[in-house]
Amino acid sequence: MFPFLLRRLIAAVPVLFGVSLLAFSMTHLTPGDPVTIMLGERATAEDVTRLRTELGLDRPLPVQYGTFLVRALRGDLGTSLRSGQPVAREIADRVGATAALTFAAMGVAVVVGVLLGTLAAIQRSPLVDAIIMSVALVGISMPTFWSGLLLILLFALTLGWFPITASGGAGLVLPAVTLGLPAAAVLARLTRSALLEVLGQDFIRTAKSKGVAATGIVARHALRNALIPVVTIVGLQFGNLMAGSVIVESVFARAGIGRFAVNAIMARDLPQVQGIVLFAGVVYVGVNALVDLVYAAIDPRIGVK
Amino acid sequence: MSAPEAGPRRVGAGRRLWRKPGAVVGAFLIVAFVALAVFAPAVAPYPPTKMDFRAVQQPPSAAHPFGTDDLGRDVLSRVAHGARISLQVGLIAVGIAAVVGTLMGLVAGLAGGWLDGLIMRTVDVMLAFPGILLALAVVAVLGPGLANMMIAVGVSAIPVYARTVRGTTLAVMELDYVTAARALGAGRVRVALRYVLPNVSAPIIVLATIGIATSILSAAGLSYLGLGAQPPTPEWGAMLSDSRAYLRTGWWMAVFPGLAIMIVVMAFNLLGDGLRDVLDPRTR
Repeated sequence: MFPFLLRRLIAAVPVLFGVSLLAFSMTHLTPGDPVTIMLGERATAEDVTRLRTELGLDRPLPVQYGTFLVRALRGDLGTSLRSGQPVAREIADRVGATAALTFAAMGVAVVVGVLLGTLAAIQRSPLVDAIIMSVALVGISMPTFWSGLLLILLFALTLGWFPITASGGAGLVLPAVTLGLPAAAVLARLTRSALLEVLGQDFIRTAKSKGVAATGIVARHALRNALIPVVTIVGLQFGNLMAGSVIVESVFARAGIGRFAVNAIMARDLPQVQGIVLFAGVVYVGVNALVDLVYAAIDPRIGVK
Repeated sequence: MSAPEAGPRRVGAGRRLWRKPGAVVGAFLIVAFVALAVFAPAVAPYPPTKMDFRAVQQPPSAAHPFGTDDLGRDVLSRVAHGARISLQVGLIAVGIAAVVGTLMGLVAGLAGGWLDGLIMRTVDVMLAFPGILLALAVVAVLGPGLANMMIAVGVSAIPVYARTVRGTTLAVMELDYVTAARALGAGRVRVALRYVLPNVSAPIIVLATIGIATSILSAAGLSYLGLGAQPPTPEWGAMLSDSRAYLRTGWWMAVFPGLAIMIVVMAFNLLGDGLRDVLDPRTR
């Protein structure tokens, strides 16, 4: 286990290095002079020169990157052009809202997905199976920015059950369902196929012939084995949910990192954009490493190879 | 590997695809979608950007089957013209991703060494940004707009092609008849064109079909966020974004563009799933 953990962590280092390089080079890849873009076309030559010196853009590129990296490692992501606030603090202020949404959506996805997938696999009617799989297909094909609007239309405006925008639990229901549904659809498909595969194996037949009840077989024998691939996909879906929060936060006007990112791009606030890119990349790489470790802990075969 | 039987098997693939109801439904919907995109000016009862201030926010009626929006534009006409943009975005984005990704994968697989390392580490870094985030980062660099959005969505889809093609390339290089050809003096370019490309075509077709669905979804998402198509372009995501303010008074403005996106995305997913079953040996 330990060597595997070490190898996995070392493997993440070049990727993190690349992410930092990408975030850094965004300033220079942008067509046109970054300082002029930040200040607008009407800025005076003195202002441009001053900001350039202030941002260190007049120094050689390797020096700039070195400074950027050292600062980022210390948690300093620069200062926002629009608000004058440290970007790191602006991100920290919003990370809670996005994390709450992501985890709530993950909860929705796992509960709904595993339940529907299990139901589709174990019931005997091909019609029920077809209905559940069609629902899953619709779930995968529906854009969240549409399903979110439909949920608002139905549950907030027509029925009045949930608020559209509110902090706290009630306001989280509709966004979490919106964000979680596509992931639930993916998990339902996967749980179904994994379960069908396990149910066809010898040890299930042995359990049956020993007289174990059908529910006991599914719950104690089949589901446990089927959940191993499901756990991996849950981990991979975490990144998709994080990315999806960009859109869902905009639909429900939630003050999270996703909406922050969109506003930063619209306003061409490069320090903010850079900070968010760096943050998102590091979090996702970290989550992926974590998922691999959990996977190795569940399935002892992984760590050996 | 499907390699040795790739030739004769392809003949049966179409017939087996025809026996999958989902794939057939998907294919028919795609034909309808392409027809709608091509004949949009004939299908649409009005020009897509024509405003009529005497008919603002009209519910669906005989004159306006999908109703009118907040500026009195005919929603059906805008949805029909939106098909053109979605088809364009899907084809161009997938074209960029498939061509660049395939080239990267081929070069990485054939060259090996530091070039392979460099290309695949680049792909790893791209994969550090899930879903729409990479496209968002590209838009952040290039700036919002329809053309930049297509590039952004295309670039964000490159990694999956690069990885698949590289993997297949490495596998094909191990096949006996390829080893034999190389022993007889076939160069890398000849191996790539004669042996590797025919073998990667099946997975690329599957990836590209599902990729069109994903690209249309991402592009509509970027336009919804205001980072893609700009007004008054009749783009489905942008239309949904406009409809937000009128949800209470004009549900039709939100329902029809979203329905269009869902049907098209579902069609490509259905066909893609069918193609995967037929062409991809791993799930056969």
